[in-house]
Amino acid sequence: MVVMLSSPHAHGGDSVRMMMLTVVLALMPATLVSVYLFGWLALLLILTCMLSCLLTEAICLKLMGKSLSTLLDNSAALTGLLLALTLPALTPWWMAVVGSVFAIVLGKQVYGGLGYNIFNPALSARVILLISFPLQMTTWIAPMSINMPPLNLYDFSTCLTLFFTGVDGLKLSLDAISMASPLGHVKTEWTLGIPVAEALNHYQYSYLDAFLGKETGSIGETSVLALLLGGIFLLARHSITWHIPFSYLATVAVMAAIFSAIHPDHFAPPMFHLFAGGLILCAFFMATDPVSSPVTPIGQIVFGIGCGILTWSIRSFGGYPEGAMFSVLLMNCAVPLIDHYCRPRVYGHESGRKR
Amino acid sequence: MPAMLRNLAQRLGMMAHSFDGGIHPQQHKVSASLHSEACPLASLYTLPMKMHIGSPCSPIVAVGERVLRGQKIAKSEGYLSVPVHAPTSGRILRIEKAAIPHPSGMGIPSIVIEADGDDNEEQILEPINDWHNTDPALLRERVRMCGLAGLGGAVFPTFIKLVQDSRFAIETVILNGIECEPWLTNDHRLMLEYADDILSGLAIMMHMVKTASAIIAIEENKADAALVMREALAARDDMAEVRVVVLPTRYPQGSEKQLIYSLTGREVSAGKLPIHIGVLCLNVGTTRAVYQAVVKAKALTERMVTISGDAIAQPGNLRVRIGTPMRYLFGLRGLENFTGVRILHGGPMMGELLRHPDVPVVKSTNGMLAMREASFMGAHTQEQACIRCGHCSEACPSSLVPNLLVDQCRSDQFEKAEAYNLFDCIECGACSYVCPSNIPLVHYFRYGKGQIAQQRREKVFAEASRERSEYRDQRKERDKQALAAKRKSVRKTHAPKVEVVKENGPTTATDVVNNDKLNKGNIE
Repeated sequence: MVVMLSSPHAHGGDSVRMMMLTVVLALMPATLVSVYLFGWLALLLILTCMLSCLLTEAICLKLMGKSLSTLLDNSAALTGLLLALTLPALTPWWMAVVGSVFAIVLGKQVYGGLGYNIFNPALSARVILLISFPLQMTTWIAPMSINMPPLNLYDFSTCLTLFFTGVDGLKLSLDAISMASPLGHVKTEWTLGIPVAEALNHYQYSYLDAFLGKETGSIGETSVLALLLGGIFLLARHSITWHIPFSYLATVAVMAAIFSAIHPDHFAPPMFHLFAGGLILCAFFMATDPVSSPVTPIGQIVFGIGCGILTWSIRSFGGYPEGAMFSVLLMNCAVPLIDHYCRPRVYGHESGRKR
Repeated sequence: MPAMLRNLAQRLGMMAHSFDGGIHPQQHKVSASLHSEACPLASLYTLPMKMHIGSPCSPIVAVGERVLRGQKIAKSEGYLSVPVHAPTSGRILRIEKAAIPHPSGMGIPSIVIEADGDDNEEQILEPINDWHNTDPALLRERVRMCGLAGLGGAVFPTFIKLVQDSRFAIETVILNGIECEPWLTNDHRLMLEYADDILSGLAIMMHMVKTASAIIAIEENKADAALVMREALAARDDMAEVRVVVLPTRYPQGSEKQLIYSLTGREVSAGKLPIHIGVLCLNVGTTRAVYQAVVKAKALTERMVTISGDAIAQPGNLRVRIGTPMRYLFGLRGLENFTGVRILHGGPMMGELLRHPDVPVVKSTNGMLAMREASFMGAHTQEQACIRCGHCSEACPSSLVPNLLVDQCRSDQFEKAEAYNLFDCIECGACSYVCPSNIPLVHYFRYGKGQIAQQRREKVFAEASRERSEYRDQRKERDKQALAAKRKSVRKTHAPKVEVVKENGPTTATDVVNNDKLNKGNIE
């Protein structure tokens, strides 16, 4: 049989599988830090999410009569890992499973599978969980709770009990071990009329701790350092380009700088915004998700700026303390429009836009 | 470097111009260091009647007739066409359809010559040694008569490019010695071995288009060729304004429009030709052929061909007579069994996959590659869904957004694809090369372009038949009116005069007939 094959007859060797694997590798510093900070709890959460995502993907593929080989493209595993890293350490097992199923089914497969989803699957699942279980999704524990008996996160059986039966299993009161996140704390204090600087003082907030990851938050978002290492790896491997992370972070910084200069009591300083919450994780790993972000460089900058404005606005004026994931999802909706209007100028044409 | 910074640096003059996008495929230029060899004569030569862009030729020889090397055996029909010449002396064996190097395996009318082995040459044309003082129109006719077409692969009739048009003065001649396709080294060898011929050809063309300025463009990976060309240039006193420019190795640097931008910082507008911005761009092989046609009085019957590929034990470059069977050439290089081997006509990026080696070398044959099945199919694995990574837009030298175009072509949204500049795609294949999902993007673009062209033809046809039927309706209507008027005029004698004045149309039968004639005259 002669198969008609069209040129080119050479290929660079890139594959979806390798691209996804590169992102998983880039998340390894953050993953290791999360395990260091939250012990077995983080590991259990990550494994549960990844396995549930893979299993859900397999079931979906089977139901749709598609080849199971798609499982090997690493995208489901990556979604699981990303989702896990955005969850608080005390997330119970069943919530992790529900989130993973949401991510794969509602975030990805209902649109037709990999490449067709409008929203970032991990982020959409995270938002569904936040809206469905607001209490659990905003209950934080201090990282490095190692020598705080009976809550020893490096003790496997303690973590197992905590993961499967919750705080009740350990006969603990949630209030005794939980604490507010820096973003949440500042927001609450601000509503009480306490200036930002004072609120940060009360919290004993330290920029160095935030950079290294010792301030609380979702298991994978705390360490700016680890995430930056991963981001630089992605940039070096050419998995992502600088456009989205740079424009996103720069916009947040600029907005925060302007407004905190005008009204320092009301608006948090740029450094606080950059280091707090899931911003770095979103900027390097969520907003840059190829499927749900614009294709063209100009479009990516527009996308990044949009994410930045929304993140800062939601954090500063919205009901939720954190706005990074909402803003990325909102900007995901605008991607087809951005792609249409931000095409580059074609060789030999005056303008790239010819409608 | 980010494209934006590069653009800025280029604008500020801090950096040489460079086209957008591009890729760095593996070079595989294994045959670059080997001296070219003359190919021994074959026994049969097949000359297709169309080896150029334009209308096909028609044979002017009969079966059984004896021909000499360089003898014209087929004449060009129409303006955009060049004649075909016998590659060696021999007898016309048959004139019939024969397979040409085309992926479909299709055949076109061809002349088959049985070589007599004497290789006698026809001596009709006179060498034009004094071309400096020869009318460019005469030189142009010589280039046409000798059957020259662009040897870089596009085979556009060369004489058309060498036109002197008062509206478009040529400022610069660009010699394309880029050869950015992997594996191919025929232009490289030409520059190393025939630098003087190439420069003479360039001098002739510069005389023809009346310019003193020229650029010889060579890719960085051929530094030795640049050196040789520079030395040859220095030895001549008539080429002071000719420069050798070495450009970075990046595919598709050799694409005409991209090359012109890299060298001059100017773009050829969409739908325009290089001549519109005062540039004439020719391949080094074609330039040498111009020299041979003018000074040596030789028709185009031979060209440099790279034989390479991972299934070839002894790669190299051969000076091959046009019409030589590829199977014979592969045999010379030790490849006789073609099972598990894929043959490419041209390079891997833009070349065509052939069904079998029983096709002749034609004027566009810059290379013949034999690839092992396994390594070849590695580039054609199962297509997956697009993950919109944008690598294709980064690689596109025309700054298109290929992944959006693929969606449009695949879903038959041709109008939208056109609006997204589908026709500015040069089919270089850079997008498919980088695609992690192995999507054959160029294949979809060819499909889209083909469908749009088909729709346009149908539209023209439909328009014509609509006009015909409208005219028919009009004529019927007129006949009806004429009849009615005739009846009325008969009735008129009985009717009151006032009513006749009220009528707007023709009043008498003669008027109607006259009007009708007039109308017909207008339409017909």
